[in-house]
Amino acid sequence: MDLEAEFERTVAAEHRVEPRDWMPDGYRKTLIRQIAQHAHSEIIGMQPEGNWISRAPSLRRKAILLAKVQDEAGHGLYLYAATETLGADRGDLTEYLISGRQKYSSIFNYPTLSYADVGTIGWLVDGAAICNQVPLCRTSYGPYARAMIRICKEESFHQRQGYELLMTMMRGTDAQRAMVQESVDRFWWPSLMMFGPPDSESANTEQSMAWRIKRNTNDELRQKFVDMTVPQAEKLGVTLPDPALKWNEERGHHDFGQPDWDEFWQVVKGNGPTNAQRVAHRRKAHEDGEWVRAAAAAHAAKRSADARAIGQSA
Amino acid sequence: MSFDNAYESLIDHEDTHWAFGTGFSEALPGVDREVPSTVDAPDLFAYCLMLGDDALVLSQRLAEWCSRAPELEEDVALANIALDLLGQARLLLTRAGEVEGAGRDEDALAYLRDEREFRNVHLAEIECGPLAGGDFATTMARLLVFSSWKIAQYSRLRTFDDPVVAAVAAKGLKELAYHRDHAAQWVVRLGDGTPESHERMRAGVRRVWPYLDELFTAHAVELRLGVDSAAFRAEVDGVLDAVFAAARLERPEPVPAARVNGRAGRDGVHTEAMGYLLAEMQHVHRSLPGATW
Repeated sequence: MDLEAEFERTVAAEHRVEPRDWMPDGYRKTLIRQIAQHAHSEIIGMQPEGNWISRAPSLRRKAILLAKVQDEAGHGLYLYAATETLGADRGDLTEYLISGRQKYSSIFNYPTLSYADVGTIGWLVDGAAICNQVPLCRTSYGPYARAMIRICKEESFHQRQGYELLMTMMRGTDAQRAMVQESVDRFWWPSLMMFGPPDSESANTEQSMAWRIKRNTNDELRQKFVDMTVPQAEKLGVTLPDPALKWNEERGHHDFGQPDWDEFWQVVKGNGPTNAQRVAHRRKAHEDGEWVRAAAAAHAAKRSADARAIGQSA
Repeated sequence: MSFDNAYESLIDHEDTHWAFGTGFSEALPGVDREVPSTVDAPDLFAYCLMLGDDALVLSQRLAEWCSRAPELEEDVALANIALDLLGQARLLLTRAGEVEGAGRDEDALAYLRDEREFRNVHLAEIECGPLAGGDFATTMARLLVFSSWKIAQYSRLRTFDDPVVAAVAAKGLKELAYHRDHAAQWVVRLGDGTPESHERMRAGVRRVWPYLDELFTAHAVELRLGVDSAAFRAEVDGVLDAVFAAARLERPEPVPAARVNGRAGRDGVHTEAMGYLLAEMQHVHRSLPGATW
């Protein structure tokens, strides 16, 4: 009982919970689920953008994109490492991902259909991710908060690169401008969905807020994202595809329309445009690599046996 | 430090000078870019293409692994190697364009040349996995051979007459040493791992073996510039023998692939895989003529 009270005090005082501290099972499980889902999102997120590495239209863009996708692998790695401080196992979590038992961000179930999508993902999708993730730099679990600080720095860089790509394209030819607008039209609503269902339908918000795992509600973050994005869209010269979008003087915020929540749930439940493809791609990479991992383990075992033999003969 | 403004501050910054290719090209600061009088400019142009294309085409192949590697650490490592090679390619193609003096930049050379104008060796372009044509072991066999050969080449180029090529070689050597080390470690792990990995590693070495001979067949341009690639052979053989011994692999008998009327990659005559590689790489750039990226 004292342990629980101590935990509650730590969290309420905005102090960090560290791996060896006592924590309620529900807190541990919620964190593992949330961090794993984030790690899975980074790893699955490599695919829609990786789709364009081979076709990047300039060598500079190729280098930027390849480095970005590489960063996502790195983010996945340190998030999986954060779950391991809670007693999870990366191998298990990978199994949960490729068997469909654990989810990843639904945005990555949308296809990338033009090079402008690389920029739009940087601007809107990474932008929405930053809005979601910046508060997590102050989340109560220490290893997660520290991983998020590093991740947010890199995400900000990616986002800037994405916006700069779109800006460059908008200064280019008519065909490029049309390509940007078409991409923004496709990604706007799915980006708004990234903040999750409306607060009235969000199952996990309340407890997570109390535990300081989550810092803002879905609707708060969505509003913040819209308010920040509108001037950026204007500067870029694109139209956001929402006829209801307008400044509300009284609220001091933009009013905006609702995404198609039926589509959202359809994608979450596995029937999005590329859910099956994304998971199959990840599963194939994992299964095709099984013999490599087995060989590395077998080789390491032989070397440590050799080392023991040398030790015994000495 | 505040991160809350990362997204908000997006439109307050117009600093585009954060990467090579965004209007500043001081990638090798302090290096004299005058073409030296001792070097024949058309030969130097051709040689920069050879070196640049080797790096560009292998980078393109290695990047195919991104999101497909056996473990996440390897996704990161292979992307890193691909990025290093891409960086070398950009400097070399930029140099080729400068030496040519016809206004072609790195992208004009990468995207608007046809297959016959590419000068890379076949080893860089063949499929070695993750797609058809190989697997992770084949990829590592290729990387070991390629990086060992490149190290032999670049270590001689450090004193090359053109200061830009010499500077790229000096910088590239450090990167290639890591690439070779990474490949050698995997060849040893896989060769001396499980029976399956041993068999795959053996097959991987055999897959790339026919392409070795081309690496040591000097083109007339190379000979005129005083770089005789035949002289690299002993050094590369020494490295491969050491790695194969640790990996418990036998060195295959030489089985050089026949040339086409005496010609190969350095002459612009490629394998069937090359057309597909270029079609994919060049498609978007060519579809939007006049676009800026």
